Amino acid sequence: MSTRLAELKDIGIRFGDRQLLSNINITLHQGEIVTLIGPNGSGKSTLIRTLLDLQQPSSGSVIRHNTLRIGYMPQKLHIDPTLPLTVKHFLGLVRGVNKKDITPTLKKVGIPHLENSQVHVLSGGETQRLLLARALLNRPNLLVLDEPVQGVDVNGQIELYGLIAAIRDELNCGVFMISHDLHLVMAQTDTVVCINQHVCCSGSPQHVKDHPAYRALFGVPGADASLAIYAHQHDHVHDDSGEVVEEGHVHSASCKHHAH
Amino acid sequence: MLELLMRALLGGLGVAAVAGPLGAFVVWRRMAYFGDTLAHSALLGVALGFLLDINLNLAIVVLCVGLALVLVALQKKHIIATDTLLGILAHSSLSLGLVAVSFLDNVRIDLMAYLFGDLLAISQTDLYWIYGGGLLVMALLVAFWRPLLALTVNEELAKVEGYPVEAIRLLLMLLVAVVIAVAMKIVGVLLITSLMIIPAATSRKLSQTPVQMATFAGVIGCLSVCGGLWASYHWDTPTGPSVVVCAALLFLIAYTLPTRKMAS
Repeated sequence: MSTRLAELKDIGIRFGDRQLLSNINITLHQGEIVTLIGPNGSGKSTLIRTLLDLQQPSSGSVIRHNTLRIGYMPQKLHIDPTLPLTVKHFLGLVRGVNKKDITPTLKKVGIPHLENSQVHVLSGGETQRLLLARALLNRPNLLVLDEPVQGVDVNGQIELYGLIAAIRDELNCGVFMISHDLHLVMAQTDTVVCINQHVCCSGSPQHVKDHPAYRALFGVPGADASLAIYAHQHDHVHDDSGEVVEEGHVHSASCKHHAH
Repeated sequence: MLELLMRALLGGLGVAAVAGPLGAFVVWRRMAYFGDTLAHSALLGVALGFLLDINLNLAIVVLCVGLALVLVALQKKHIIATDTLLGILAHSSLSLGLVAVSFLDNVRIDLMAYLFGDLLAISQTDLYWIYGGGLLVMALLVAFWRPLLALTVNEELAKVEGYPVEAIRLLLMLLVAVVIAVAMKIVGVLLITSLMIIPAATSRKLSQTPVQMATFAGVIGCLSVCGGLWASYHWDTPTGPSVVVCAALLFLIAYTLPTRKMAS
């Protein structure tokens, strides 16, 4: 068995009287891609933030093994427009970075031509690649990616997932990422964990896809063909700037939460 | 007269040179209202300084730092929205300062000088404070430039990469407190934030990198001080407000003059 990097043990998180997560157990290994899926508000980001020590669990513990070194890619990057910042300078902010690594890393994620561009003018896909570059420059053995394909069209998503898998093959690092869409990420994933406040089901992508709990959350049986073409279930609201409003979770017909 | 002007100029330049670069952080992190709150409380520091008979600059620094710590503690508790909290602290501490000053009947305080600044009243000791404090702030800004900037760009990334986020945030607040204490003599408690924000905002138009923006902000601040002093000398206008008007004029010029492609 490959080296363990980090373990989430019986994680529970409670905000006030709302139990957001309970009894979550996940182990992350070197060289393994684990994808976390779940509906909006299911606690995916909170779980990732717990692993990163940005959020204290109410119960349970996070075990980080000595060798663990995380490269983190946040869900979005907001840089105040009053701050002039080029791609090169943004990447130069990584703690203890070797400036010589910046150009090769930009090449690796496919945006070498943007080295001197201002970060504010990048497109959605370019921004995601920039964030991936920043995560890589931290010399990680575990990549933690919070919706790495956000704001990217379907072709771009497939490319990005391919890139992430290629990086895993090259560095033999672990990958822990959040995805909205199992179908696009399936081919590049070893293990899928489907959560909605608790772990609904987990295992190989094929296993999860056929699991009743997954189907109850995400799909109608037999809809796979149409989902492969257009799998975006728009059960969240956007504000004026296009950001997802977390609180405004609108329940659609296909959104069946478990009764707890 | 010439000596007086020279001292005023030296003091003004010292303050502007450090208020500019720090002002860039205030603009980036949207701390303008925070700066205002600390500045307003500085008057209370003056009153306490007189009451307890300790050095005024020291009293101001201690009070500003204390208030900054209280603010951080209150913010964490999420009792009330941050801007409301800042508003409450800013105005109540300013009022408390004014009330406290009114009790000091045995000391004559030129209230106007503390509220709006009086460059021409700068003493030799003030100069030492300005340059001592200014050099300290500059040295810390340079030494901690990368952590400060990393924190400003994205706190969570900075934390995951191992920067001591809490300590750096505190450092930035301390720097703002020190600058307010030394800048108070020049532009007064009501105008200090303008000396940090306006040159930095002007500088944004001319800059492609954070370092450029911070440097130009210092230079533009110095130009404002020169212009303000010159105007004050010619037309006998109050020095503090003249410096701020001059800074605002430079801002207007920078943003109305047609330039080659704006740095966006």
